[in-house]
Amino acid sequence: MGSNRAVKITVRVIVIAYLFFLVGWPVSLVVQNTFADGFTALRIALADPSVVFSLQLTVAVALQAVLINTVFGVGISLILVRYDFPGKRLLSSLLDLPLSVSPVVVGLALILVYGPRDSWFGQWLTEHGIDVIFSPLGIIMATAFISLPLVIREVVPVLTERGTDEELAAASLGAGPVQTFWRITLPAIKWAVVYGVVLTLARSLGEFGAVKIVSGNLEGRTQTATLLVEQTYQDFEQSTAYATAFLLAAVSVACIVVVTFLQKDHASAGRGKGTS
Amino acid sequence: MSIEARNVSKRFGDFVALDDVSVSIPTGRLTALLGPSGGGKSTLLRIIAGLETADSGSVHIAGDDATSLPPQRRNVGFVFQHYAAFKHLSVARNVAFGLEIRKTSKEETAERVNELLDLVHLRQFADRLPSQLSGGQRQRMALARALAVQPRVLLLDEPFGALDAKVRKELRDWLRRLHDEIPVTTVFVTHDQEEALEVADDIVVINEGRVEQIGSPSALYDQPANEFVMGFLGPATRLGSELVRPHDIHIVSDLPPEEGFYPGVVARAARVGYEVRVDVILDDSLQSSPVHVTMSRAEAHPLKLDVGSRVWLRKPAGATALPLGVDAANAPHPGAGPIAHYTI
Repeated sequence: MGSNRAVKITVRVIVIAYLFFLVGWPVSLVVQNTFADGFTALRIALADPSVVFSLQLTVAVALQAVLINTVFGVGISLILVRYDFPGKRLLSSLLDLPLSVSPVVVGLALILVYGPRDSWFGQWLTEHGIDVIFSPLGIIMATAFISLPLVIREVVPVLTERGTDEELAAASLGAGPVQTFWRITLPAIKWAVVYGVVLTLARSLGEFGAVKIVSGNLEGRTQTATLLVEQTYQDFEQSTAYATAFLLAAVSVACIVVVTFLQKDHASAGRGKGTS
Repeated sequence: MSIEARNVSKRFGDFVALDDVSVSIPTGRLTALLGPSGGGKSTLLRIIAGLETADSGSVHIAGDDATSLPPQRRNVGFVFQHYAAFKHLSVARNVAFGLEIRKTSKEETAERVNELLDLVHLRQFADRLPSQLSGGQRQRMALARALAVQPRVLLLDEPFGALDAKVRKELRDWLRRLHDEIPVTTVFVTHDQEEALEVADDIVVINEGRVEQIGSPSALYDQPANEFVMGFLGPATRLGSELVRPHDIHIVSDLPPEEGFYPGVVARAARVGYEVRVDVILDDSLQSSPVHVTMSRAEAHPLKLDVGSRVWLRKPAGATALPLGVDAANAPHPGAGPIAHYTI
């Protein structure tokens, strides 16, 4: 018994120490550095127009990427679960690509297609006044690409588990496909969608690699918050870097808290279903 | 005719679910589609509802060609084996669903929902979620939901299949009474012959994608068209060159004065509840498999049927009997399933 307890305590100490040195200490230092002079660093940073711009751009990009990924994510999930077609498994595994490929590769790939010099399609777009690369549009595309699977991976299992009986019942009661979607399908996958949206939001706010390649990192035009943190840090404006980093971290932590609470709700809902 | 399915065929890959099936279902009756699992009866029901499309053939509902209509325009009530309750809506909102889709006024919807909840005895559960109901209650809710839109026909796909035996029996009686109250044309799918015999006005026996026989429960039980129907609707056993019901067989333990008796020896005697089941090996070398005989305890008592006793068997005049085909005579009969579990 005694040795068993000793093992338990040792394991716990190792895990806590590991998390402390890897996550806890570094992140707490960001907070500590941000508030080293009270709120001064935050106030100075938020008075800097390029900081404010980068935060606004980050939020705008993240929201649009979330919107795109929610609509397409739910649509693709429905197609994957409800229909059989050749190449379905290939599509399903392709959808995991954004999670496994380095964001830098994603950025380069987008430049190859939409770059104003590197591709005929990019040239054609530029001639028609549409700039993708080095513009917010490119940043949104890169961010949407990176966070594409998050909604789908949440929604697909729920759709699979619910089956089609409820939808067929709705149809037999007179509901058309659109009514069935809004009244039956969407409420059924609601929590999965919310969960996916929160994860997508957190991922979109923090995207760095792909955005750095496609944005050109132009201060006050295409510089997002993560890019600004890197630049100010390299320019020895540590306090601004830490203040901005803190704001990004705070939003991510808020997202994690929301997800944790949703998971709890989800779990209790799941138990309720188990009594059927 | 309320429902007319003509020459309906359906395949799933290589599997033939329905092979040129034609069925007419009369208005206002309670009809059972009876058959073993995988026989195609559920597929036929789903094709009638429009939840599945036939490869060929046509479906007419109340005289209108519904073959290419989507389910929402067929005005058909459908009840699923696993209830298909809308889990996020209360019982009352579940029942109101079809009326809300049809843009019925609030007052009328509320009135109709209350009426239906009274009918299915769920009034006090109106505000509960389906997850707070038992299986039987959920299925009654599903039935009220299907009836709310006043469908031309009501289709039930193994409606009591997911319920335990006692609730199944209660709901079965209740469905029969409900149908007497609201005589909407109703078709239900079941693999339980007892359920079909007890509840239905008419039975359509479907096996391997084909209709074996259509008729009233007593017609099917007394005049089965073939060995399959005879064996599926009730126990059957071979006696000489015929297939007969084990409870029809006349058994005596003294040498009978008349002709027509098969002599044999009791191989096994068992009491199951109120009845006594006896296996008899015939002396005749024509039949090696034992003859199953069932009788009440009162009938069995004076006969003193112990293992090894000598008995004589006869099929009484007028009893249901089906001559066996030459091939079937020596093969163990598959239709004898319900009784085979006490074969030695």
